[in-house]
Amino acid sequence: MKCHEVENELIAYLDRRANSADRKQLEEHLATCSACRLRAEGFRKVWNVLDEVPSIEPSLGFDARLRQRVAAEPRARWTGWFVPQPRLALSMALLIALSAWMGNMPPTTSPDNEMGTKQQFEMIKDLPVLENYDELSKFDALSELGPAPVAVPEQDHSANPNGGGS
Amino acid sequence: MLDVKAGDEASFDLLLRKHRLPLVNFLFRMVRDAATAEDLAQEVFLRVYRARKQYSPSAKFTTWLFRIATNLALNSVRDNRHRRADVSIDVKAEEDEAPRELPAREMRIDEHMIERDRSELIRRAVAALPEKQRAAVLLHKYEEMDYGEIAKVLECSESALKSLLFRAYETLRVQLAPLVAQPMAPRAGEGRPV
Repeated sequence: MKCHEVENELIAYLDRRANSADRKQLEEHLATCSACRLRAEGFRKVWNVLDEVPSIEPSLGFDARLRQRVAAEPRARWTGWFVPQPRLALSMALLIALSAWMGNMPPTTSPDNEMGTKQQFEMIKDLPVLENYDELSKFDALSELGPAPVAVPEQDHSANPNGGGS
Repeated sequence: MLDVKAGDEASFDLLLRKHRLPLVNFLFRMVRDAATAEDLAQEVFLRVYRARKQYSPSAKFTTWLFRIATNLALNSVRDNRHRRADVSIDVKAEEDEAPRELPAREMRIDEHMIERDRSELIRRAVAALPEKQRAAVLLHKYEEMDYGEIAKVLECSESALKSLLFRAYETLRVQLAPLVAQPMAPRAGEGRPV
C-alpha cells in the first residue's frame, strides 16, 4: 500500500470497520511509514479532543412549542375526498369521452335489419287498410259482381255508384 | 415511524423524545447558534410530521431524519453567510465570525487559548470545515452512523465520503495540534465530557 492509498482506508481502519485484508495491508504500511503513522495517531487524538465538546440541552419549552405547531397543522377530514386527484380525474374524463364517442356512433346496419325496415315501411303504408280490415273483409261478396265499370259518363249522375239497381 | 404514519400521535411523541437531543446538538454544531438550532430542529420534526403519510421504510428513519436536518442546516448556513456578507460591507468582521478567524497556526491558537476554553476552540475548528466535511464529521463522530448511512444523508458515494472524512480529520489534526499536545486537565466538580 502507498501513502496516497491510505486516504481511503485509514478512517475505516481506525474505526475498526476495515476488512481483515485492508487492515493487514494498512498495518504493514504504518509499520514502515512514519508520516502515515503520525497521521493515524493524530486522528485518534483528534477524536478524543472532539469528545471534549459538551452537548447542549433543548430549551424547556421545546416539546410544548413543537406540539403546539403540530396541533396547528391541518388535519385530514372527510372533505379530503374533494382534494383533486389527478389520476381519478383523468380516468373520469376518459370514461366520459368514451361514452360520448360511443353515443355519437352511427347505428350498425346489416341486410337483415334493412329488410326489417322495408317491411315496417310497407306495414305503415297499409296501416289504414289494416285498421279497417274487419269492415273491408265484409265486402267480399261484391267480388261476385264482376269488375266495376271502367268509366262513368258525365250524364249518368243518377246512376248508383255501387253498380246501381241492387 | 410506521405507527406515526398510521395516525398514532403518541408514537410521534416517542420519536420526538428519542431524537430531539441528538438532532438539536447536530444542528447546533452545524450552525453554531442554539436558538437557530432549535428552530431548525422544530422544522425538521414538523416536516417529518407533514410527510408521515408518504414515509416508506426503504431507508432507516435516522437516515431520513438527518437528511432533512442536514439540508436545512446547510441552507441556513448559506443564508447566514450571505447575510453576513451583506453586513460586512459596513461593519468590520466580528470576532465571532468563525471559519477564517480560526487560528490557523500554533501561535494564534495559543493566543486564543488565553481567552477561550478548549471547547470553544474545538467548536470553531469544526465550524471552520467546509459544510459537507463538517456534516460528515458530525454524523461520523457524534451520531456514530456507518458509512453507508452517512453517504445516503450526504447523497454521495461511500468512497467520496471516506475521502471527505479523511480531509476533514486531516484539517482538524493540523488545526487542533496545540490542543492535542496539551491534554485537558480535569477540573474539580466537572463531569465526564460527552
